[in-house]
Amino acid sequence: MSIITLQLGQCGNQVGGQLFSFIMDDLHASVSSLNIPPKANGEYIHETQKTFFSEQKKSPVPAARAVMVDMETKAVSQTLAEAKRSGRWIYPEKKQLLQKRGSGNNWAHGFCINGPAVRDDILEMVQGEVEKCDRLGGFLSLLSLAGGTGSGVGAFVTEILREEFPYAFMMNQVVWPYQTGEIIVQNYNAVLTLSNLYQTADAIMVMENDELHKICTQLLGIKKISFRDINKVLSHKLASFLLPAQTKEFPLGRELGWKLQHLAPHPDHKLLTIRNIPQMSERALEFSTYQWAGLLKHLRQMLIADAPMEEGIDWQVKVEETPRGTARHNRSLAASLILRGKDSYSADPGIFRDQSLFTPWMSPDMAFNVATQPRSFSGYEKSAVLVSNSRSAIRPLDQILEKAWNMFASRAYVHQYIQRGLSEEDFLDAFVMLEQVVASYKKL
Amino acid sequence: MTQSIVVQVGQCGNQIGCRFWDLALREHAAVNKAFMMKPLSSFFRNVDCRFDDPVDIPLDTGKGKVKALKARAVLVDMEEGVVSEMMKGPLKEVFDLQQHITDVSGSGNNWAVGNKMYGPQYRDQLSDIIRRAAEFCDCLQCFFIIHSMGGGDVLGFLVCEYSYYRFVTALYPSAEDDVITSPYNSILAMRELTEHADCVLPVENQASEIFALVDIVNKISEAVPSGKTGKRTYTSAHSSDVKARSSILTSEGGVTKQKDMRPFDSMNNIVANLLLNMTSSARFEGSLNVDLNEITMNLVPFPRLHYLVASQTPLYALADVHLPPRRLDQMFTDAFSRDYQLIKADPRHSLYLACALMVRGSVELSDIRRNIDRLKDQLHFIHWNKEGWKTGLCAVPPVGQPYSLLTLANNTCVTNTFTELRHRFQKLFKRKAHLHHYLHVDGMDMDEFTLSLESLDSIVAEYDGLQQQMGMPPPSHPRLKIVT
Repeated sequence: MSIITLQLGQCGNQVGGQLFSFIMDDLHASVSSLNIPPKANGEYIHETQKTFFSEQKKSPVPAARAVMVDMETKAVSQTLAEAKRSGRWIYPEKKQLLQKRGSGNNWAHGFCINGPAVRDDILEMVQGEVEKCDRLGGFLSLLSLAGGTGSGVGAFVTEILREEFPYAFMMNQVVWPYQTGEIIVQNYNAVLTLSNLYQTADAIMVMENDELHKICTQLLGIKKISFRDINKVLSHKLASFLLPAQTKEFPLGRELGWKLQHLAPHPDHKLLTIRNIPQMSERALEFSTYQWAGLLKHLRQMLIADAPMEEGIDWQVKVEETPRGTARHNRSLAASLILRGKDSYSADPGIFRDQSLFTPWMSPDMAFNVATQPRSFSGYEKSAVLVSNSRSAIRPLDQILEKAWNMFASRAYVHQYIQRGLSEEDFLDAFVMLEQVVASYKKL
Repeated sequence: MTQSIVVQVGQCGNQIGCRFWDLALREHAAVNKAFMMKPLSSFFRNVDCRFDDPVDIPLDTGKGKVKALKARAVLVDMEEGVVSEMMKGPLKEVFDLQQHITDVSGSGNNWAVGNKMYGPQYRDQLSDIIRRAAEFCDCLQCFFIIHSMGGGDVLGFLVCEYSYYRFVTALYPSAEDDVITSPYNSILAMRELTEHADCVLPVENQASEIFALVDIVNKISEAVPSGKTGKRTYTSAHSSDVKARSSILTSEGGVTKQKDMRPFDSMNNIVANLLLNMTSSARFEGSLNVDLNEITMNLVPFPRLHYLVASQTPLYALADVHLPPRRLDQMFTDAFSRDYQLIKADPRHSLYLACALMVRGSVELSDIRRNIDRLKDQLHFIHWNKEGWKTGLCAVPPVGQPYSLLTLANNTCVTNTFTELRHRFQKLFKRKAHLHHYLHVDGMDMDEFTLSLESLDSIVAEYDGLQQQMGMPPPSHPRLKIVT
């Protein structure tokens, strides 16, 4: 099975580069620190390489299965150069779609003008990558919600991929912008993008820059935070979900499509959030040991109290069985737990098989599943990741809707979108669509 | 990589343009010496001069040698003086001989002559020249138009044929201006700006505080021979040398020698630097690129309200070794104080519609975030745009400085300049003074004056309407309800 990654816009390309180099670093970790026999490690490496990279005839290092799209050249050329410098992997040739003039933070410019202009070229590149795969597991699109290219062209590309590959699985990994300070029209762009993605993608993984920033300061102790640090945390999270882990019945692990079907069982609920434990700086790592029971207890509390990281969890929140729509804790529709590291088989995730964690119409057996991987991950002896489809995803969505609606009420900036071919009805449709999403999550 | 064309109009526009090209060359020379790199191509063409009509050398990988640079500039002036001086000066090689228009007689500080007489007369010629410049561009991004509002040659020709972004840097005359009719000219020209430009950066001719700073810098440079005395924090003599002449106001390191500097040059340098800093993020690499069209996208909420107040810090960076170096946070604080604005206005006490921070140099994302958090409580933002910040991060600092900041704000305080202008206009207009100079020009009549005045009033009224919302509780707009 192989996954094709689409890197869209400046943010998408920076994240993509980091993700691939993170995976490569993980594969090149020395066997002695991994806690598994070399043979098992070899299988793991083989499986991962097949998923994310393709063998190259011309070069000794593998090429990422990626298509890069951006409307200006700087971010892509930087990412390409970094990959080449690593000496471990490269990007495939001629899979970079570049234009000269950016979308200027205008979603409409990306979606209505730049997107359609490059439609055929993108499809051809994706087709080429697809033909390299033995079997296509799905598409992973990386994009930011705020900018013009990532969001506008990204929404357009997702739409045409859905048309062209109606049965392929599609996961969109969206980066939620900072609440303040990146782009002023980010709320409009986010509303328009999400309402579009909701109709086409199978699942939307949400990462908030504000939360990632907090992880960098509070857990990793980084003083001067750059986008590189943030993208690294993001890659860590994403990789911990995507890298192989096995279940009893499936020694090679489930495929992306299965994971997505499990996590997004209802078309009104497609937003996924991801929680990792533990996360710390390398220096603190040497002095820490963990027990599985302790990690899982923290992780469970992070889930029900809707905490993005293990520090500052509200331990007062308790689960209780209440009718639909009235739960005070963060109620989920579905969740996947992946345990990586020493003795992961022996850990008992029983505390997650609890009806009150999930909405009444999903039984815990259906809603929850576990996968394990004895190989230690990214230097952590034991680590756990929980991906859930829960109410916590609508907290940022609700805020963005509020702000965008306020701005829309005075029609500020709307003229710039109308100039590029959107209409006020398009905005209203997007608002209606997302209000619906918020309402159905609140009912969980 | 996109390209931009600079159209410099009139005496003032050409003088600023001259400084701009000088500093642009200095900046690129500091980044790389001999190669024709992509950032360089956004304002310059690399040409083969062996032909009479120089042809472009293809850019390819950005590893080619610089042969001869030609500025993407269009020079327009109705007098010969300034342009021909430039053509003789040290920058003569940079300008394309086929890209300027001059006349002999000048517009005599009369907007009507510039607009109604020379306008139609030179329209086709100008259109051809601009088309020629545009055809050399790979991907045209925008036009920068530099001119003064007081003189006569203003925007007699604003080319409306291109649907690209039109940035205008306009110098507003101040009360002590030397042209009596400048209020007339300014108000007539402003109507064109309101209707046709995408973005206007007003710069007041003598925003007095800045001039005080100019004085400071001049004193400093006299008192301290660069790099010889004082506690030196730098290690090598070479680096102190660079830093000492790093001030944004001087142009050492450029082609023009210090002794040739004219009195207005330091003011013009500020404007030239404004353009350089604004475009830096589009030219050089950075972790948060800002394209030029992003500026209009983020800062112009309503089509007519496109007047942006700019400020730049640090103004005198490290020119003085005795002063403790300005800290990073101080730079952000300075940018919002009235002393650093390029027009006479105080944004702190007016309402922000939107604000952009364009940072260059060794500044990290967390520095910007910390400063936004610190400053946002002191500033008033309109209720629907409480988080109206746009940030840009460019990795290449300005020559000789470790970092710099340019803020562009859409702030209601810009109306101060307009109302002051209107006041001076009314003084003349009430008595119909000097009007006959305008009215005897063909195609000019009283309607032009009244329409322009109305246009100005409507802008001021729009800004005032927003200003009144300051401090008021935001009106509530109930969200859409989902019927279940």
